[in-house]
Amino acid sequence: MTSFLDKYGDMLLKASLVHLQYVLTSVGIAFVIALIVGILLSRAPNISRAVIPLLGIFQTIPGLIFIGVLFIYLGIKPITVLVALTIYAIFPILKNTYTGIIGVDPSLKEAAKGCGMSDMQILFKVELPMAMNPIISGLRMATIYTVSWAVLAAMIGLGGLGEFVYRGIETNNQVLIIGGAIPSAIIALGLGYLIDYVHKKITPRGLQGGA
Amino acid sequence: MIVYENVTKKYGDVTVVDNLSLTIDDGEFLVLIGPSGCGKTTTLKMLNRLIKYDEGNIYIDDSNIKEINPVELRRNIGYVIQQIGLFPNMTIEQNISVVPSLLKWSKEKQHKRVRELLEIADLSYEENAHKYPRELSGGQQQRIGVLRAIAAGPPVVLMDEPFGALDPITRDILQDELKALNKKLHKTIIFVTHDMGEAVKMADRIVFMNEGKVLQAASPEEMLENPAHPMISRFMGKLSYSRSGNDLICADVMRLKVLTVPETKKTLECIELMKQREIDSVIVVDKNNKYKGRANIEDIMEHGKPGEPIIKMVKLDTPSVMVNTNAKDAFDHLIATNIDYLAVLNRDKTVAGIITKTSMTKSLASVVWGDDNDYND
Ligand SMILES: Nc1ncnc2c1ncn2[C@@H]1O[C@H](COP(=O)(O)OP(=O)(O)OP(=O)(O)O)[C@@H](O)[C@H]1O
Ligand SMILES: [Mg+2]
Repeated sequence: MTSFLDKYGDMLLKASLVHLQYVLTSVGIAFVIALIVGILLSRAPNISRAVIPLLGIFQTIPGLIFIGVLFIYLGIKPITVLVALTIYAIFPILKNTYTGIIGVDPSLKEAAKGCGMSDMQILFKVELPMAMNPIISGLRMATIYTVSWAVLAAMIGLGGLGEFVYRGIETNNQVLIIGGAIPSAIIALGLGYLIDYVHKKITPRGLQGGA
Repeated sequence: MIVYENVTKKYGDVTVVDNLSLTIDDGEFLVLIGPSGCGKTTTLKMLNRLIKYDEGNIYIDDSNIKEINPVELRRNIGYVIQQIGLFPNMTIEQNISVVPSLLKWSKEKQHKRVRELLEIADLSYEENAHKYPRELSGGQQQRIGVLRAIAAGPPVVLMDEPFGALDPITRDILQDELKALNKKLHKTIIFVTHDMGEAVKMADRIVFMNEGKVLQAASPEEMLENPAHPMISRFMGKLSYSRSGNDLICADVMRLKVLTVPETKKTLECIELMKQREIDSVIVVDKNNKYKGRANIEDIMEHGKPGEPIIKMVKLDTPSVMVNTNAKDAFDHLIATNIDYLAVLNRDKTVAGIITKTSMTKSLASVVWGDDNDYND
């Protein structure tokens, strides 16, 4: 173990940072896009009922094929990886944002409207806070998936923890494979924990505990 | 003054409000009543433009509401819905000050207003302002719903079956409070209900609707005496029974929904139950559901020990009446003993209901309207 760290420690740290960077950037961008699109879709449920399953199908295209195609158009650049990861991360957040907002009790929306809130005020004061649980669990899901999808970055030689995995497979070196897998598991767990923590902090008491 | 002028609302081919004309005076407590689907809610919601109407005009103090920005309009009209609709993500204080904050009142002014309103509703600021809606009982939540509607001091308040989901005792209390509040604040209230008893109790004027039209608009007395349509008589029938005033029995006037607890229930649980229902006593029954007596909160507080069964707190001589006791005797008893309700027992000593002072009001109404013989609730 120590010899492994001696030999690969620096590389592992660097790869972890690159990996983390991919994840944070793509999930960050995906979150903003998904939130906006999810909100827009929630304003037109009739269109959305058709659009969202389509997006869902898109989601099932294997990551490999997708990165491959993007690679042809965008070339070997980090942007290729980021675009691919972002696109994949959007869906879970978007879907949860949409269903979360659609699911807000209509009597609450009516009360808000009856109080004289504008559409924007209803969105920010009532709909988004009430939809926070599903939105954040979508974010959590997207983050954890993205950590494992980011392994694919190495496939086109752009680093991250996938490098260890691929090299391990090529050379039939199990230690290398595990050496790449463990940090990515730690990153996934850590980010998941961080999101849970923040979630708990920002959820008002009135909404805690399954409400 | 509010004026509906030949207002019509259609959904497709179906006319749900049909050429409605209605004038409501300032400070009037107007109750809309009628069978389900007759257009009460629609009539209400057209006024704050939650529903668009197809024809006619509505004026508030001579301005056509079509010319008022709907958001502005709604901030000047209080609105209470049956589902209460408090925002679960906001504290009670935040809920009450929703409209004041939309109107950009200063923080201090909002805060002062919240204190003032909680005081009016007999709720302590310290205990309640920082709670969330789900931490309050149904009755307390509905009170907050009313406070939210009047927080910014709107001259008009719309209420759509606000007390429909509450238990009869809490409902009674809130009706009394609202009536008192209205006397004090002199607001125009348009109140929707299914319940003729509630209408008679609250209204200055009752508007009876059917199929989008007004069948009769009259004071409660007038409507009781001269119902303009057989359907109205039928609704009134719910207030009257097959007997004339003097030979009503307790079964005719009692409330059916009562809270009973088994004698083995622990005192603390009973206190909790009472707290939830906002009542100050419970009716205790044995394992065969036979009446044992009633336990008052004061007695429990004074003599009760946690973990003890409630039966130890029961005053065994608490008065009760039988279902076939003459209602008038029961009322005399109620007045003489000055307690808030009497348990009504079946012949086998199980609890059939309770008689409150409101039961008296209802029976008086039925004396006036006592000859509808074929309707029994
Ligand atoms: N969005 C809608 N689309 C079509 N019809 C509607 C719609 N909203 C209400 N209606 C119809 O309009 C009629 C009047 O509805 P409204 O809600 O005003 O009745 P109500 O008197 O309040 O009834 P309830 O006592 O059951 O609340 C009903 O027949 C209802 O089915
Ligand atoms: Mg209705």
